[in-house]
Amino acid sequence: MSEHKSRQDYWKRNLRLVAICLTIWFIVSYLFGIVLVDQLNAISIGGYNLGFWFAQQGSMYIFVVLIFFYAWRMNKLDREFDVHED
Amino acid sequence: MDLKTLTFIVVGATFALYIGIAFWARASSTGEFYVAGKGVHPVLNGMATAADWMSAASFISMAGLIAFLGYDASVYLMGWTGGYVLLALLLAPYLRKFGKFTVPEFIGDRFYSKGARLVAVVCLIVASITYVIGQMKGVGVAFGRFLEVPFEIGVLVGMAIVFIYAVMGGMKGITYTQIAQYCVLIFAYTVPAIFIALNLTGNPIPQLGLGSTMADGSGVHMLDKLDQIVTDLGFAAYTAQKGTTLNIFLLTLSLMIGTAGLPHVIVRFFTVPKVSDARISAGWALVFIAILYTTAPAVGAMARLNLMNTIQTGDVGSEDGNLVYADRPDWFKNWEKTGLLQFEDKNGDGRVQYYNDKDETFAAKAEGFGWKGNEMIKVDRDIMVLANPEIAKLPNWVIALVAAGGLAAALSTAAGLLLAISSAVSHDLLKGMIAPDISEKKELLASRIAMAGAILVAGYLGMNPPGFAAQVVALAFGLAASSIFPALMMGIFNKKMNREGAIVGMLVGLLSTLIYIFWFKGWFFVPGTEMAANSPDNWFMGISPESFGAVGAALNFAAAIIVSKVTAAPPEHIQHLVEDIRVPKGSAAAVDH
Repeated sequence: MSEHKSRQDYWKRNLRLVAICLTIWFIVSYLFGIVLVDQLNAISIGGYNLGFWFAQQGSMYIFVVLIFFYAWRMNKLDREFDVHED
Repeated sequence: MDLKTLTFIVVGATFALYIGIAFWARASSTGEFYVAGKGVHPVLNGMATAADWMSAASFISMAGLIAFLGYDASVYLMGWTGGYVLLALLLAPYLRKFGKFTVPEFIGDRFYSKGARLVAVVCLIVASITYVIGQMKGVGVAFGRFLEVPFEIGVLVGMAIVFIYAVMGGMKGITYTQIAQYCVLIFAYTVPAIFIALNLTGNPIPQLGLGSTMADGSGVHMLDKLDQIVTDLGFAAYTAQKGTTLNIFLLTLSLMIGTAGLPHVIVRFFTVPKVSDARISAGWALVFIAILYTTAPAVGAMARLNLMNTIQTGDVGSEDGNLVYADRPDWFKNWEKTGLLQFEDKNGDGRVQYYNDKDETFAAKAEGFGWKGNEMIKVDRDIMVLANPEIAKLPNWVIALVAAGGLAAALSTAAGLLLAISSAVSHDLLKGMIAPDISEKKELLASRIAMAGAILVAGYLGMNPPGFAAQVVALAFGLAASSIFPALMMGIFNKKMNREGAIVGMLVGLLSTLIYIFWFKGWFFVPGTEMAANSPDNWFMGISPESFGAVGAALNFAAAIIVSKVTAAPPEHIQHLVEDIRVPKGSAAAVDH
């Protein structure tokens, strides 16, 4: 029974991590890159308008970081709950 | 050495490399044929995934799209990369844990239904075949343009190369050739980009050059300059949003979930040894994809600026502000020969005027200059990447490399799609439904025959593309987004999702998306059968047919959840299966059948 419970906890922790990552995923692409693009374009960093930068550069860099972050945290979580492979 | 000989040598060398790999990586079991024996290193799998994913369209057409659409092309950049986040977080690790060979197989087992598996097979085959037509066409075009070989011969040579390594090596051969093809294509893409960025902005890194000031010492930022030049000629500002926010939002979402639901991409994550490898491998895949996808906006913007500057040499409206046609550069002449660049001297002044004559205010102003309409009557978008090395005056070997890169992009994607099709036929239809007790040896033979058949069909369709070939990419993504992605996601995240819910959901998603696309593009794309003209005024809430996949997916989720609530819960052993795929432990023990 305890194994069952710990698996439920493991799954809940995983879902929370997924929710955090997907929130960031949504903010950088849909919010910054699309919905708020005009407002952010008023700000410029270097020669980029910020909204345009998120849409054509920034969102992609953050996507990459998100996947590695998730993989790293999940490896830790797998070990914590002793569900890792070999 | 002249360009043609050099191109033959470079392309020939890459082909010899692919065939060499094919002999080294032959498949001897169904496990090797379908999933490369599940022994591919996650970084290498990331590289193979990147080559698999980036098609002839990504390599040749995307930068051109960006050059002419500006900000609005961001949907492709975000849409075709953001899907990997969904893959890594929601699908890849669990499907790897499930540990079998194909995507329809998961749907069939999870929803304990051959009917569900069959629906998935149909979606997979339609989506993959539509995609592969474009790749075969891309191979023919690349041969035709760079080697002056007839289109059909080009397609045949491409078919023969894929035949050798895909039939012999299956997923194993395809994986290792894709790794080589990635190296060829990324080198061919970035080298011209670096030189152009250096030329225009003095910064060799294209991603930074795009945000830098011009190298001419004016201190003006490149993007500001581009915005100014295009608006001066009546075009919309490069960095401004032109489409409606809702449509851009939904198109991006459709492309993302479509990417995550395309079977030929998902199956690549079945080839790594462990569940944790599947997660990290998606990250590597996106790194390798992002190298090209973050370079493309720079290539697009800089190519557009170069083009505008070549034609509009001085102030807009001044007497000698436009390029004299007789003095046009060599690359201009070369591309005129192909018909992809066309000029017509409408006002007979011997100079080239390139402006937006559809913009009424500017057209009126232009008339005051003595301009009688836009004279660049055709500027094909694909030129932007293909002519880049010539515009930047790079040596011939770089041009030869671009040809090899375009071919690598087309062949690697074609091979991945063909494998998805052939394993659906031999594993899901033959072994899964028609002859379940077929021996492994016979199944391996059947999968090779299916692969050969798929190559012949793809080659035939590549040579005789149905009139709707250009439209079908929307269909491929729409199908993957509205039917496959929701079914996979609910199979993993909703333990109570049952057979009835999944089948109804897939059918609702599939049919709503198909009908919406056909409504505006004609039933089965037959011209004249549209129910309404394909224009924003007629679209439901301004949603274009290409963007409807996300709506179809939402309908799929809703229908599946409602139906599953009023029908019997899935059997106990299925619920155990779902619990089992949610934890990585025990993946090594998962045997195939």
